[in-house]
Amino acid sequence: MLTDRPEPRKRLLRLRLNGRWREDAVAESELLVDYLRDVARLTGVKTGCDGGECGACAVLIDGEAMPACITLAVRCEGRSIETIEGLVEQGRPSRLQRAFHEKLGTQCGFCTPGMIVASEALLRKTPRPSDQEIRAALSGNICRCTGYVKIIESVRTAAEAAP
Amino acid sequence: MTILARDLHIDRPSNVQEAIAARRAHPGSRFIAGGTDLVVSMRHGLSRPGVLIDLSRIEELKGIQFGEQGVRIGAGVTLAALARDAVIAKSYRAVAEAAQTIAGPGHRAMGTVGGNLCLDTRCVYYNQSEWWRHANGFCLKLRGEICHVAPQGRHCHAAFTGDLAPALLALGAEVEIAGAERNRRMPLGELYVEDGRAHLALAEDELLVAVYLPAAPPPSAYAKVRVRGAIDYPLAGVAVALAALDGVVKSLRIGLTGTNSRPFVLAGTEAIVGRPIDENALQQIERLVQKQVQPMRTTIASAHYRRLAAAALARRLVDRLFAGTQ
Repeated sequence: MLTDRPEPRKRLLRLRLNGRWREDAVAESELLVDYLRDVARLTGVKTGCDGGECGACAVLIDGEAMPACITLAVRCEGRSIETIEGLVEQGRPSRLQRAFHEKLGTQCGFCTPGMIVASEALLRKTPRPSDQEIRAALSGNICRCTGYVKIIESVRTAAEAAP
Repeated sequence: MTILARDLHIDRPSNVQEAIAARRAHPGSRFIAGGTDLVVSMRHGLSRPGVLIDLSRIEELKGIQFGEQGVRIGAGVTLAALARDAVIAKSYRAVAEAAQTIAGPGHRAMGTVGGNLCLDTRCVYYNQSEWWRHANGFCLKLRGEICHVAPQGRHCHAAFTGDLAPALLALGAEVEIAGAERNRRMPLGELYVEDGRAHLALAEDELLVAVYLPAAPPPSAYAKVRVRGAIDYPLAGVAVALAALDGVVKSLRIGLTGTNSRPFVLAGTEAIVGRPIDENALQQIERLVQKQVQPMRTTIASAHYRRLAAAALARRLVDRLFAGTQ
């Protein structure tokens, strides 16, 4: 019998994940962060505040850093998603990842994937950002260890290391 | 893993009429644009739609158009796109300043003009997880009998905290609302009602489709106070649009947000028109603001602080804009 309320269902979600197209059956209520961690097994994406306030779950959606914990997975149909895992260049850390390591921009490490993803979005658009631009780009990401000074230094170092 | 809803269907209409038809076909459904407010509400059990009507594919809601009559901003324009627009930044500065400081960069890339104007009202007893609200007793806004902020009353004081509304109000914006039968256009101020539980004067099957700003706007600016320099909602936000000629004020409109259940235009500023902005006028503006805002306490700021902060912001912006015209 037909009712007003649709039956629970999964949809086929097709998206480009770290450069490769893939398809998965995903419940329409599934959040992008859960899809990435539990289905695609990309656990570099972190669940921090769980409400879009801390930036630990940031991923690139069509090149823009966005919080995956308040994004419905099925709304990413046909889009390109990049996580911290996808930023690795030929099996080696990217210049941002190296700079965070070398300049001690990471301590406990929990916020680091989100920080690097947000920084990556910045450097793609603004290869030589001012400190103010770095601060603005990272304003959605919280770190409880570093005090941010080292993080900003890391991003600056990565920008300067660009070819 | 978070269970957002046991059973959720997402509908993807390609035009406004299909969206409205879907909204009518599914009682209890919700429109979703950026989702930065609604998805968080769903996670907190504040909203439990069985069907979400995804507006992101509707072309009619997109784009900013400039004409002789002024600007039309589609409700689906993202806050980031609005903040980036060079003409908005130059001529409608308060709007650009408001858009540029909403939440964080990720939210601005997702969130839309329509979503920010239709943002749910907020309160320290409402924007909490399901178990928190259950443990502390539900409130008047949802499932409860009393208001925990003002227990003696029967009125919900949840505050409207959108940043765009005061800027658009100060600049005399109108909104276009699509309904099943016809579209209507009205001043933005008429969209809002001073009731924390039902602050939008929209029928369930109506959809905000566009915002219109008049041509040749006066100089304007927006400022707000909040605890964290990003993400946080404003404790008080003020937009001022001020035109001056020959050393006296020609027009003055002040829009306020964050303090009441609706954004509103400050009443009584016509008393300043025709006068220069001096200490006397600034004090008069401060008094008007202090009298008309109705902030409640939050966990980190007293009502009194928020009242003073709103007045101080209005004073600073008026002073600065007037000085800029001289």
